[in-house]
Amino acid sequence: MPVETVQDRAAESQVTRERIEKISAAAYRIRHHALNMGEVQGQGYVGQALGAADMLATVYGDQLRFRAADPHWEGRDRFLLSTGHYAIGHYAALAEAGIVPVEELETYGSDDSRLPMSGMSTYTPGMEISGGSLGHGLTIAVGMALGLRYQGSGSRVFNFLSDGELDEGSTWEAAMGAHHHQLGNLTAMVDINALQADGKTDTVLRTEPVTEKWESFGWYTQRVDGNDVAALLAAFDNAAAQAAAVGRPSVILCDTKVGRGVPLLENREKAHFMRIEENEWQTCREQLTAGYEGKAA
Amino acid sequence: MSTTTEAPNTTPAAKPKLKTSAMIASFADPGQKTASAPFGHALVKAAQENDKIVGLTADLGKYTDMHIFAKAFPERFFQMGMAEQLLFGAAAGLAETGLVPFASTYSVFAARRAYDFLCLDAAEPNLNVNIVGGLPGLTTGYGPSHQATEDMAIFRGMPNLTIVDPCDSVDIEQAVPQLAASEGPTYLRLLRGNVPTVLDEYGYTFELGKAKVLRGGNDVVFISSGLMTMRALQAAKALAAHNVDVAVVHTPTIKPFDAETVLKEINTDRLAVTLENHSVVGGLFETVASAVVTAGLGKRVVPVALPDQFLDAGALPTLHDRYGLATDRIVAKVLAELG
Repeated sequence: MPVETVQDRAAESQVTRERIEKISAAAYRIRHHALNMGEVQGQGYVGQALGAADMLATVYGDQLRFRAADPHWEGRDRFLLSTGHYAIGHYAALAEAGIVPVEELETYGSDDSRLPMSGMSTYTPGMEISGGSLGHGLTIAVGMALGLRYQGSGSRVFNFLSDGELDEGSTWEAAMGAHHHQLGNLTAMVDINALQADGKTDTVLRTEPVTEKWESFGWYTQRVDGNDVAALLAAFDNAAAQAAAVGRPSVILCDTKVGRGVPLLENREKAHFMRIEENEWQTCREQLTAGYEGKAA
Repeated sequence: MSTTTEAPNTTPAAKPKLKTSAMIASFADPGQKTASAPFGHALVKAAQENDKIVGLTADLGKYTDMHIFAKAFPERFFQMGMAEQLLFGAAAGLAETGLVPFASTYSVFAARRAYDFLCLDAAEPNLNVNIVGGLPGLTTGYGPSHQATEDMAIFRGMPNLTIVDPCDSVDIEQAVPQLAASEGPTYLRLLRGNVPTVLDEYGYTFELGKAKVLRGGNDVVFISSGLMTMRALQAAKALAAHNVDVAVVHTPTIKPFDAETVLKEINTDRLAVTLENHSVVGGLFETVASAVVTAGLGKRVVPVALPDQFLDAGALPTLHDRYGLATDRIVAKVLAELG
């Protein structure tokens, strides 16, 4: 192998390492923010935020084009949160991105806060849509991708959805529409935590085989460990390389673990709305930090 | 099984000619002046002046006159397939990028099937999404699957939504550019195909949010919207022959409602009658009634409206007569009220 190539590869892997470290650090802070926000409320969708933190960190830390000081900048990529209840994680990511001040996070879910429990575009800078009624995000994403392309914009549209949302027929209407209109500027990311309101996904409404479904709908489909930053980064890089004004829409199916990063919660019985006692929050934070520093060291 | 065989009666013309139920039968009277596809042509005209206007439909382009726009502006038309949730979610997404979408389907599908998407994706963020609903009220003989008899009742509760119930081609032609120019979401009760031209004889112009007095009269005041304004005008003429002098107030914007104009006309000694191509529940009658009560007027209002029931299938003239929307039925009702 020529010396130059070896050096290039070494440099490339150094860059990749740096990107992974940057994203992992952001994911740690997102988790930390989420625990703090949950503690103020005494409740909240902390389990989901912890599970999805690596996905959110990868997108906001590495992939999205945005201007923190100008959340409505026309040239921005759009990130659409379908799952309104994941707002706790999204707010933490927006704080990490510099769009929402970190000190504002403690108002989460309080009266007159810009950070309501369920994400709404009319409340929060950087929140593109009002999610919460599941199965809406991908339909709006299709319209946005069409509208941006029609107006000659190179911006991409990212839609964050959950495996529970795959129950909704509208998600599949949109999946067909995106393929029909060849929306190569659209990327869906699905948090597959195998859990929904009434219990485990495979006992509520079996959505598997999920990969084959998206493939058969004509999407460029990847499935990764959604808590493995290196795998997420590679998948998002692949999706970015695929992105085009006209082409296949892309989906990244991310298997995640509810409560990820906090063993106390990872091992607790999984619930859509996870109960955390008053005296447990500090333990959660300590476990999170120990885990992150242990991995980093 | 019978063993005796009899030759079947093959004699033609023995049966009376049946009235049939065409899916999208025109409600124009024979010989009436009409305009072809006024919505489609008005949208093309508006789009020539406003390059933000785009059109989309859910596999009903030809049946909502959207095909006229699609032909004129193929690159600005998006076919979403028979997927109404996608249709209106995507319309909201298009509006989010600064475009002005007009999205068409039948009223039943917009109101009943895609309500959540219109409510949360278009109305809550107050986006300029324009819903175009075909076959409003009783304008098809196809039965409850296609008769949107309660579309206004469904939509009136949606905050931010403007609701327009046009009478004729004049209303539609003038409403379209105003709907495009108005900021939030709108719902147009579409009349399609060969649409009667009625209001050109009354020195009338459509103004979003305004009711207009089309003719004065001393004995009765009709408050009407949609195609029932055409019937109201016909009934007023017929009642003149009975020496009954009828005023007609056309209120094409159902929401926001021009209560000021309407209450001024109602607050007299005249018999007040509302006329609408919609269920008696939740439409024009109840809009007027709530304005009357809110203003503290102790005034009786007589509704001409569809009954609170699932309607029959059949030929449109038969059904309009059966449910009281036909001109003769209106005349009879007014004469009975006047005793």
